[in-house]
Amino acid sequence: TTVTGTRGRSAAVAIAALVIAAGIPLWWKTTETYRAWLPAARISELEALQLELRVEVEVVFARGTLSPEQQKKVPASRITYESCCKSKSLCLVEADHALHTLTETSCGSVVIYIIPEASALLPQDMRVYVGRSRTALLRSQVASVVGAGLPEVLAALDPQMEQVLQTMSFNHQDVTAALTDRLRPGLSTRDSLADSMRAFKSSPGYEITFSLLNPDPKHHQLHWDVEAALDAYIYPLLHKMAPVANFSVDSQILYYAVLGVNPRYDASASAYTLSADSLAHVINPVEARLGSNAASSNPVLNFLLYVPDSLHSPLIIRNDQKQEVASNAFHSPRWGGIMVYNVDGAYGNDTQFPVDIAIDMSRVMGVFLSQLRLMLGFQQTGAPPGFVLEAAGREGVAEWELDRLLWSRSVENVATASASITSLAQLLDQIANIVINDNIAQQVASAVTALQAAVAELEAGNLALALEHSREAISASERAFFDPSLLHLLYFPDDQKFAIYIPLFLPMCVPILLSLLKIFREVQQHRAEKRAKRD
Amino acid sequence: MLALLYIYFFCSEKPFYDDVRVPSVPSCLCISSSVALDFVLIGRTSAFLLLHQARAERFFRSDHTNNWAVLVCTSRFWFNYRHVANTLSVYRSVKRLGIPDSHIVLMLADDMACNHRNPKPATVFSHKNMELNVYGDDVEVDYRGYEVTVENFLRVLTGRLPPSTPRSKRLLSDDHSNILIYLTGHGGNGFLKFQDSEEISNVELADAFEQMWQKRRYNELLFIIDTCQGASMYERFYSPNLMALASSQVGEDSLSHQPDLAIGVHLMDRYTFYLLEFLEDIHPASQANMNDLFKVCPKSQCVSTPGHRTDLFQRDPGSVLITDFFGSVRKVEITMETINLTVPGIPLERFGGEPHTETALAYVDQLPVAQIIHQKPKQKDWHPPDGFILGLWTLILLVFFRTYGIKHLKHIF
Repeated sequence: TTVTGTRGRSAAVAIAALVIAAGIPLWWKTTETYRAWLPAARISELEALQLELRVEVEVVFARGTLSPEQQKKVPASRITYESCCKSKSLCLVEADHALHTLTETSCGSVVIYIIPEASALLPQDMRVYVGRSRTALLRSQVASVVGAGLPEVLAALDPQMEQVLQTMSFNHQDVTAALTDRLRPGLSTRDSLADSMRAFKSSPGYEITFSLLNPDPKHHQLHWDVEAALDAYIYPLLHKMAPVANFSVDSQILYYAVLGVNPRYDASASAYTLSADSLAHVINPVEARLGSNAASSNPVLNFLLYVPDSLHSPLIIRNDQKQEVASNAFHSPRWGGIMVYNVDGAYGNDTQFPVDIAIDMSRVMGVFLSQLRLMLGFQQTGAPPGFVLEAAGREGVAEWELDRLLWSRSVENVATASASITSLAQLLDQIANIVINDNIAQQVASAVTALQAAVAELEAGNLALALEHSREAISASERAFFDPSLLHLLYFPDDQKFAIYIPLFLPMCVPILLSLLKIFREVQQHRAEKRAKRD
Repeated sequence: MLALLYIYFFCSEKPFYDDVRVPSVPSCLCISSSVALDFVLIGRTSAFLLLHQARAERFFRSDHTNNWAVLVCTSRFWFNYRHVANTLSVYRSVKRLGIPDSHIVLMLADDMACNHRNPKPATVFSHKNMELNVYGDDVEVDYRGYEVTVENFLRVLTGRLPPSTPRSKRLLSDDHSNILIYLTGHGGNGFLKFQDSEEISNVELADAFEQMWQKRRYNELLFIIDTCQGASMYERFYSPNLMALASSQVGEDSLSHQPDLAIGVHLMDRYTFYLLEFLEDIHPASQANMNDLFKVCPKSQCVSTPGHRTDLFQRDPGSVLITDFFGSVRKVEITMETINLTVPGIPLERFGGEPHTETALAYVDQLPVAQIIHQKPKQKDWHPPDGFILGLWTLILLVFFRTYGIKHLKHIF
């Protein structure tokens, strides 16, 4: 029995050793979730991010603004004599255009021309003119400043230039509006909140749909040359916005599409009216019929042109004060715009129906272009007193307006991307049983790199590069956050875990433990006997 | 000269709502007082501009610009007819109040309208005597049958869908969306059963909502659940701007309303039945608020005690309109500025270069007509004889040899 006893004992000890040494690590390794390494240190750096925005400003003093001593003391990188400023008969726009051809302005920079106080280019009470490109004309008398050095001259101009920059580039409200969802409430003003609610959030692409609604094809046969109108008026704007996002544009005609609201007849104006309260209920019945491009998940902007039927023509929109609206159009934040186009003046009572009507696309596109600008984020900037802001006109958007949008978009992208990355890291920390694949780790690493590059470019003042990096960062972070593989495995409460493991391990562990105990007791007994024998 | 502007912002780990809670004051009191203060401030600053006051207050009464709805029925089999009827009735109300199909994600775990046991096919009734058919002609089911799983539900909520998922199956909400989530089925203390084979726990649901909040996928969220012990499902929520309603408390069962003798099953659950009666009185311009919704189905009608949870919600429930969640009332602004594009004499230039040549387009043949008309008879492939024929011949041979003896074998082979 001793031989079998020792054999039995060594077998039991060997099994126990195998279970503990090989079994437990194997079980641990096979039940752990694969988590690739994430750059946690760099991500935690992103949590307390400090943004520095730098605008390059070039100041050009025109002849007559500086006194001769100042001219000697002020270091000039370039001395050019311009004859355009002297000619009095030149109008403002032409002067601005001539000045624009002088200097090469990069994206995000501003050029300010200081013109003498007595210049007749600007009207009497206006001090600043902001043109269509990135130039501004500032009228001021610098020669009267005491002290002739450069710092004193610039210090005298400082408050006015800051005002110009706040109008042309960004100010505190713009930046806080771009960060609204990341900041505590109460920091943004009501106007900026309305602007942030109206404009779409930054997205890699947008879809724009132009629809013509014809509820009465029996009487009106409408022709609209939408392709040519889009080419002439909308595509220039979209082409300029190509660094910001991709756009896809389509158009459609809907027949027998009615508004959901019955307009009321107003005898005093001899027209049908839609009051401002009923406008909110117009959109929903129409939206069900609009349809959208099902291939992408981009936000959709809808622009609807509604031609009222002959029974309800003309149809005018009234605002809260019961006054007629000049544009006869309204828009809904983050959705699009609707314009009502009356055609009752185009035909008399006894014409043969259906009447061919050609729609004046320039009038229509004027309204849609302004609505599109609002939806895309070009705010209605109120000009500060003494400023003249040149309207963008046919080009759609002035370059400094585009720069404004680029500044706020870059900041928004950086904020959103850093928030995504930090919350993803936090989520992955909290929920221990989410599998992190290698491609997610790669996306996160590239997002962090792009973010740091964007912040560096913003500090350096290269707006175009900063926007590009911020777009890269945001697309990488979105792809990482919304990766389909990041679904956590089923949640197991602790009592369920016990219920699974006990039937598996208990039948195996009980014999092992009992046999180990038995061996231990035998060894103890043996030792006790030996001691007793020795004594 | 360089102009420098320093902007410092701090991405805090915890969401900002933590600042609102003050430990020494009951949280509901604190929130309502801060909201009242906001309203007073708005009133004061716009008081001097009477023109804009009415519009501003309407604009800012709520923060949302669009509405979404996720309606889920989680149980299958014919005897769970009432759950499908519940979901479809809420779907009808939500559509009637203005939310379009493109903003509704409807998940039905089984098909009752075309079920073999339905005596009236293509209909789902919500009232006995077959008064109201909630299936109709234009129902749009996004997830049907076995596609309704816990995984798909969580994927829809968190947005982690494979890239090939179509738009109609996604929840494309943004930070200004109000979302209504309605769940119905069989549930228990802390879980909801999906498809009779899996379950979602309240912890998973709370985590999903937290992930939605981290990505700002909702502005405010209303969660309604009609199951047994439904209140346990919202116990674990911890994200801000959530309001929850349940049909019964922990330990209570939600009961069904009325059977229909012709169809043979119960048609609706009590809580949803009275919820629908309440919603029938709501129209898109109605001003009814959430406090009225909390009073729906008292214990005398429902037998169970409905519960609700508003401590995570920022606004006072009395100021939240029903149409903020169940309908889709858009904010509208008049377009004041237009751009003058009418410059006479300048022709419209073509942008983008040379015009493309028009190629004649034709439709592809829908049916291969040539093949159908000049069809040759299809050659049938030879199949080996199947079991029946083999068995029949074996039987015949057996009987023959038994009768006539095995010695006749040599005549055959």
